[in-house]
Amino acid sequence: MRHLLSTRGLARDEVVDLLDVAEGMADVERREVRKLPTLRGRTVVNLFLEDSTRTRISFEAAAKRLSADVINFAAKGSSVSKGESLKDTAQTLAAMGADAVVLRHPASGAAQVLAQSGWIDAAVVNAGDGTHEHPTQALLDAFTIRRRLHGADARGRDLDSVEIAIVGDVLHSRVARSNVWLLTALGARVRLCAPATLLPIGVGGWPVETDLHLDDALAHRPDVVMMLRIQAERMDAAYFPTAREYAREWGLDDARFGRLPEATMVMHPGPMNRGLEISARAADSAASTVLEQVANGVSIRMAVLYLALAGEHGRAPEVAEVGA
Amino acid sequence: MIRTVLEPADIDRALTRIAHEILESNRGAEGLVLLGIPTRGVTLAGRLADHVSRFSGAHVTFGSLDVTMYRDDLARQPTRRPAPTRIPDGGVDGRCVVLVDDVLFSGRTVRAALDALVDQGRPSVVRLAVLVDRGHRELPIRADFVGKNLPSALSESIRVRLVDHDGVDGVTIESSASGTGPTGTAADGAGAEGTGA
Repeated sequence: MRHLLSTRGLARDEVVDLLDVAEGMADVERREVRKLPTLRGRTVVNLFLEDSTRTRISFEAAAKRLSADVINFAAKGSSVSKGESLKDTAQTLAAMGADAVVLRHPASGAAQVLAQSGWIDAAVVNAGDGTHEHPTQALLDAFTIRRRLHGADARGRDLDSVEIAIVGDVLHSRVARSNVWLLTALGARVRLCAPATLLPIGVGGWPVETDLHLDDALAHRPDVVMMLRIQAERMDAAYFPTAREYAREWGLDDARFGRLPEATMVMHPGPMNRGLEISARAADSAASTVLEQVANGVSIRMAVLYLALAGEHGRAPEVAEVGA
Repeated sequence: MIRTVLEPADIDRALTRIAHEILESNRGAEGLVLLGIPTRGVTLAGRLADHVSRFSGAHVTFGSLDVTMYRDDLARQPTRRPAPTRIPDGGVDGRCVVLVDDVLFSGRTVRAALDALVDQGRPSVVRLAVLVDRGHRELPIRADFVGKNLPSALSESIRVRLVDHDGVDGVTIESSASGTGPTGTAADGAGAEGTGA
């Protein structure tokens, strides 16, 4: 794997393989020394041109666990706020010898541009580009679901016929998009639920079912309910009348949560708006995977950095028996 | 040209002898942990653990220790897929750990295994058991228990087959002059040590 730009087009075997590598990374958490020497001498740049705390520190923790050097580069306080272009920033990073660039950018497609530009010869990992994709979030979600379902026996498994409902602002959600492609590639059945104003145009062409009402979606008894964040920063039009109405119609409140079967997983990519899309009781319950998602995020990002950086450049990954 | 060096009975005899030698050097089964290096080392560790348990009457545990993340040639090879590491309950602290692999060659795999092991804890003693020692060491490493010393030319490849992976037990030596190229043989045979150098 040279770059990780999107989950669209990833094959099932490829994803299962990546999740298996992440299982190995998760084992490192339980050891006496929680660090691997694998990426010693490699440099990972976290280029975050849009605000983010958890994704950045997750990538930072992942790179450090693999002994890579980490340079954090945020828009605020950098030359980017003086109007430096992505091209100039990339060339500066290339001159510093960056081996991988983890890019968060407000424009959809920015990671793709960086990877194909020739401005920099580094592995590019998309950490969220506009409303396009956030592949590592989808990978950690799939990893979390697989671990909850299969525990220590998870290696080698996909998500065949697991029912997953993704609820909320699908229109602006790169998490939802990455999850649709990834989860369906793994064999899961995905159902999107949102007010009509927050479903993207063209959703009919996606490999999903859609519901306009949360109660209809929950009536299908999904194995997983993934609540999306209402992104106040992107609420630039009247998508729904009031926050209270949204919470009443599309929020996972105490009453709806109480009616879910006990085994149903409740997921949220964070940060949560408690009382809006998810009630505090649902968020803090045993059904909630929110904290597992954070912990698993580090394992997934370690796996992605390992696969992008450890091998000899430009050669296809070896899936042969050695180490299999 | 392919020549068989160890038949199934030879492999079993070698493992039986190694099991006795391990018990002898450790003065019993107390505190023994066998850790195999994936893939075939783990199978061998399991067989050794059976023998040692039977001879000593004590239950001796075995596990696997993946060394992928500790290799010194990661940047020179296509990306390797790490295998699971499974440390038996009780860990390795203060134990006598016997590392088990199929072929000892350059010694680089064992070097990586030693690094991987100290990140798991602090064993009191670490020993090395291998089914075949083919020579050509590149590091100051030697095995404590050897099934068969097999002086070989660098152009030859040693292939260890075990029932669990290959349907049959056996060790063959193959000169690269024969039809299959050295890389082809190494990729599906001889284990990581054979391909390392």
